[in-house]
Amino acid sequence: MVSAVMSAAEPKAARRRDWLTNVNAWLLLLPAIVLLAAFTHYPILSTLYHSFFSLSRGGEADFVGLENYTYMLEDDVFWQVLRNNIVFALATVPTSIALALLMAVWVDKKIAGRSFLRLAFFTPTVLPMIAVANIWLFFYTPDYGLLDQFLKGLGFSGHNWLGDPSTVMSCLAVMVVWKEAGFFMIFYLAALQTIPPELKEAAEVEGAGRWYFFRRVTLPLLMPTTLFISINALINSFKLVDQLVIMTKGGPNNASSLLLYYIYEVAFTFQDTAFAATLTVTLITILAGVALTKFVYLDRRIHYQ
Amino acid sequence: MRQQSHSVETFAAWALALLWLLPLAYSLWSAFHPSEYATRFDLTAPLTLDNFVRAWNQAPFARYYLNTLMLVSLVLAGQLVVSTLAAYAFARFRFFGREVLFALVLVQLMIMPDVLIVENYRVISALNLLDTIPAIALPYIASAFGIFLLRQTFKGVPNELVDAARVEGASSFGVLWRVFVPLGKTTYIAFGLVSVSYHWNNFLWPLIVTNSVESRPLTVGLAVFGAPETGVDWSVITAATVMTMAPLLLAFLLFQRQFVQSFMRAGIR
Repeated sequence: MVSAVMSAAEPKAARRRDWLTNVNAWLLLLPAIVLLAAFTHYPILSTLYHSFFSLSRGGEADFVGLENYTYMLEDDVFWQVLRNNIVFALATVPTSIALALLMAVWVDKKIAGRSFLRLAFFTPTVLPMIAVANIWLFFYTPDYGLLDQFLKGLGFSGHNWLGDPSTVMSCLAVMVVWKEAGFFMIFYLAALQTIPPELKEAAEVEGAGRWYFFRRVTLPLLMPTTLFISINALINSFKLVDQLVIMTKGGPNNASSLLLYYIYEVAFTFQDTAFAATLTVTLITILAGVALTKFVYLDRRIHYQ
Repeated sequence: MRQQSHSVETFAAWALALLWLLPLAYSLWSAFHPSEYATRFDLTAPLTLDNFVRAWNQAPFARYYLNTLMLVSLVLAGQLVVSTLAAYAFARFRFFGREVLFALVLVQLMIMPDVLIVENYRVISALNLLDTIPAIALPYIASAFGIFLLRQTFKGVPNELVDAARVEGASSFGVLWRVFVPLGKTTYIAFGLVSVSYHWNNFLWPLIVTNSVESRPLTVGLAVFGAPETGVDWSVITAATVMTMAPLLLAFLLFQRQFVQSFMRAGIR
């Protein structure tokens, strides 16, 4: 495997060629290695390092061991944003997957206006989250906003959707589902198109109904896609916080804050980079855990080919 | 019976699609009509470009456009060069430390620069680059994702083509340029579309590292412009929102198939 390690018995020319191959390869990789080291590997290690030190405001930072971590475990806001993140993931991931599957099944068939439907479902994917947040912010505006105007027309009274801790998460979840479902649809669509039509013909000959076929044949065949999408959606739910900056700033009273947004606040509003580093270690651990599960269960073939 | 269930499904699909287009349709309505029509849907409402003119005059959107254009070009150009070289090494060379290095590249697939904001801010600040466009771009130039995609593509290039080029006396760099790069065209397009969309839309990191009109991309400019404190009229904010998303949206409408296929290829890997 590693050709640079070789026996002395090999001829001189081959050894020279090998040496050249190594130099060539490393030179080709140099830009990538330097940049990855500077903006991925070093920051990961440095986050870990800073999480063991006190905050240095100009002066020397002291080694404090696990003090930051104890502080984190006693921080109510930390537990709240973590809980919010789990709730947010549970609210958005299954819903977007179910909708994505429904959309894909529709668009895969010979349905009237198929390309228009696909366009309508996919469009939110290409829009910037920040623009989407602006538009939806207006939907949720109390009294004046579209949602309240609509509800008033039906005889309901106005409601401060984003200002009420009991509705804010659902409002954000609906928006994110709207933004993401069309993206996941295309993976289901691709998977559906690989299912051989003979299967369907055979099922029809056997007299199997459409719903039965879907449940017993299509769904199991789509299982790998479902897993793949679930994991990607889960990772997204930990990474996507742009909307909070515009719509709620994590409020009211942290009811809509997510872990990454909390990190952003702690680091850049409260200027507590030591605690932000500790929170980042937690986020990195979660993401690495999810991604490793993905590698073990899904990417094994790609990984070791 | 069967016919009926078909038409019910068609109806449901269309209802969902129209619902899905509603937010976008609404933003267009509000952007192209005077503000008194922001929530009054009257088909006789006069069309106007006034909101756009006002948005354009109230904030330096021309400069934001330029910044975003420079940003996405810089990121894409950097990514293409860096990933091509790295992917070539991984796909076609056997060298000391290959497996370890590849694993180190894959780390970025799990822990993206998006979550390393605190430490990356330190790095950028140490490099004295705060509040510049390269500061926004740098963490993304080495893309594990790009390296991964191109490596897969390059691995599929038949050996005969490489040998033929070698016989003609091409150096390893010549082989890369004349054989691998042209054969990677679809991968480059897929990766390019995904990268441009991503960085056109990216927000949190640019928000953190920029602090002036000269470096702010459109997304950050829009957020600053639309902040409630500014008291800007709703229709004008919507016009600004439409301006921010228009270029990508138009590109998507024109090249729908390529967009969908690229997002898919890039996602599935």
